[in-house]
Amino acid sequence: MTVEGPNGHPLLEVKRLKKYFPIRKGFMRREVGAVRAVDDVSFHINRGETLSLVGESGCGKTTTARCILRAVDPTDGQILFRPTEDTVFDVAQSTRRELRRLRRDMQMIFQDPFSSLNPRFPLLEIVGEPLLVNGMRSGRERQERVEELLRLVGMRPEYMRRFPHAFSGGQRQRIGIARALALNPTLVVADEPVSALDVSVQAQILNLLLDLQQKLGLTYLFVAHDLSVVKHLSDRVAVMYVGRLVEMTDRERLFNSPRHPYTEALLSSVPEPDPRRRSQRIVLEGEVANPAAPPSGCYFHPRCRYAQDVCRTDTPVWEEVAEGHWVACHRAKELELAGVRDRLPMNTAAGNSTNPATNATLAAGSATDGDATDDSE
Amino acid sequence: MATLAAGKRRPLLRVHNLKTYFFPDEGTVRAVDGASFEVCAGQTLGIVGESGCGKSVTARSILRIVEHPGGIVEGEIRYLHRTDGREVELDLAQISADGPEMRQIRGGEIAMIFQEPMTSFSPVHPIGSQIVEAIRLHSPLGKREARERAADLLRQVGISRAEARLNEYAYQLSGGLRQRAMIAMALSAEPRVLIADEPTTALDVTTQAQILDLLRQLQTDLGMAIILITHNLGVVAEMCDTVVVMYLGRVVEEGSVDAIFHNPKHPYTRLLLQSIPSLYSEARVPLPTISGAIPHPYNRPEGCPFHDRCPQFIPGTCDRHVPELQALDEEKSDQLVSCFLYHEPTDERA
Repeated sequence: MTVEGPNGHPLLEVKRLKKYFPIRKGFMRREVGAVRAVDDVSFHINRGETLSLVGESGCGKTTTARCILRAVDPTDGQILFRPTEDTVFDVAQSTRRELRRLRRDMQMIFQDPFSSLNPRFPLLEIVGEPLLVNGMRSGRERQERVEELLRLVGMRPEYMRRFPHAFSGGQRQRIGIARALALNPTLVVADEPVSALDVSVQAQILNLLLDLQQKLGLTYLFVAHDLSVVKHLSDRVAVMYVGRLVEMTDRERLFNSPRHPYTEALLSSVPEPDPRRRSQRIVLEGEVANPAAPPSGCYFHPRCRYAQDVCRTDTPVWEEVAEGHWVACHRAKELELAGVRDRLPMNTAAGNSTNPATNATLAAGSATDGDATDDSE
Repeated sequence: MATLAAGKRRPLLRVHNLKTYFFPDEGTVRAVDGASFEVCAGQTLGIVGESGCGKSVTARSILRIVEHPGGIVEGEIRYLHRTDGREVELDLAQISADGPEMRQIRGGEIAMIFQEPMTSFSPVHPIGSQIVEAIRLHSPLGKREARERAADLLRQVGISRAEARLNEYAYQLSGGLRQRAMIAMALSAEPRVLIADEPTTALDVTTQAQILDLLRQLQTDLGMAIILITHNLGVVAEMCDTVVVMYLGRVVEEGSVDAIFHNPKHPYTRLLLQSIPSLYSEARVPLPTISGAIPHPYNRPEGCPFHDRCPQFIPGTCDRHVPELQALDEEKSDQLVSCFLYHEPTDERA
């Protein structure tokens, strides 16, 4: 199966990706089991779009991202990467030589701007290192490129002789972004790029990421757990639970008409910064399943309020229930689940006046999802 | 200081003009520089602000656990101490930090839950023995009864197999369970005030929802006052009755949760609220931002601490004078703001 995006082939196609970490025990370090960190995950990212991977800690979203960059070797599956329309590489099978070439096209922005920059290097060397490694030997050329990059991320080039300790968290994150962009990548994997930042700085970095995407035509794979941030940045969203994808679709459908009960619960547990929207939320009982000993059938069934017998015995199939809307749930077609629009504010007038554009969606959504709100506890 | 709209009830805890400074060799850090607020039984007060705003130091000052080289230099922390069935007003800022009264209050009447439960529990003792220790410190129970009480507490905060869990170590529990155990320990002496310092920051949203639910339930059952310290405005909107917004050690605005979120007055509060993406806001458009970054503690701006980032900066006023926290208007004084957009400078400090 090859998916064709609106701009030809997708930039990245992940097919049946698996990453198992062995559990070893005893004197002989015998393998006694495996943590199924990523368990049969398939998705694609089109050129120029932002796909977000969301889920709770330990769901495998970071491992998936690291497999794509081959920071860890996947156990099984294909990662088809097309730096240009006519070339295709399977990153999962690539040799070290090939990877060196490919990694210019795929770069990473890290979560913690304090531990991801070497404190002993000045900015010039931090941002210039990828250039040096990839053959830009002339110091003068490198310096010019670093100046250009620093300007691009909104930092003053005069700072390039300074060391990371002289900068605040937001500025350090800008430095990390400049380093990631040094080699003109096509795909940028951003693993929780704003979660370590203060609220007032977070907005600056989110704006920068959107701006850079427009200017440079970047494609983002965004790994995050903050759903408000994900909503703001993404074109499409994929939800993971215990190593598997449970739902993937475009932003508006995922947030307004989710099809998987886990997505519904996740959306409902986000506290909204508006005291007039305090709502009855779905509080998931229990804990995330252990990926070393997952439950039978659908991994989510012990916490799912819609679970039936079939959910306990059979693994749900990852299928396209509507165009571009993928879900793995036995009851995806029959359930009417609540999205964020169904969390009606107590004072509707306040909600309407702040964002008139949303009213159309609100009216359209409430007609079908009306009864679903009643049983949300 | 004007009282908040907390009814006619007598507040349990009143903090007035609290100043906690640190004196490292490099200079003075004014971590808390004149904080005032109060909280009543059964109510939740939110203290919001970004890193370095002094919210955690405020909490530690109340419990008198500010580390060296810091200390309270000015201000009052009036607490209604319950002793022999009577209530006596004590100024916690004045009494000895390790005297008998403070030791009775700390952990007994005012308890605290910390952000990172992994580092707050001892890694080498089972959580049961740590909770038992806390119980026996504040009550005359014997070992066996204290252990039963500990198991009850774990059940109360929703931990299953409570007896078995008592023998487990902190590393064996998941983040959510650890935070529940932390809450159980804080509740062991039935505190009247619970200070929760970023209680859900390290947790996933689904676990966060569980913990917030639990705190609300416990407050209804036990009638505690809760001081919730957080940078997450969603959590504040969800949980609090009144809100204090802090910036660089000073309270910039204070009011009912509805006033703060729907009628914010201080430019900082307004910008903070606008700059967070919401599930309801339009996606992929530039967010309003606050220019610059939080200044380094040694480089505090003169005058209003926010003036160099403020879009409504009044030259000659904001950079010269320090605004005081004042009621917005004299009639209904439930919203306080410290900003020269709303009142003239009163001090002559330059």
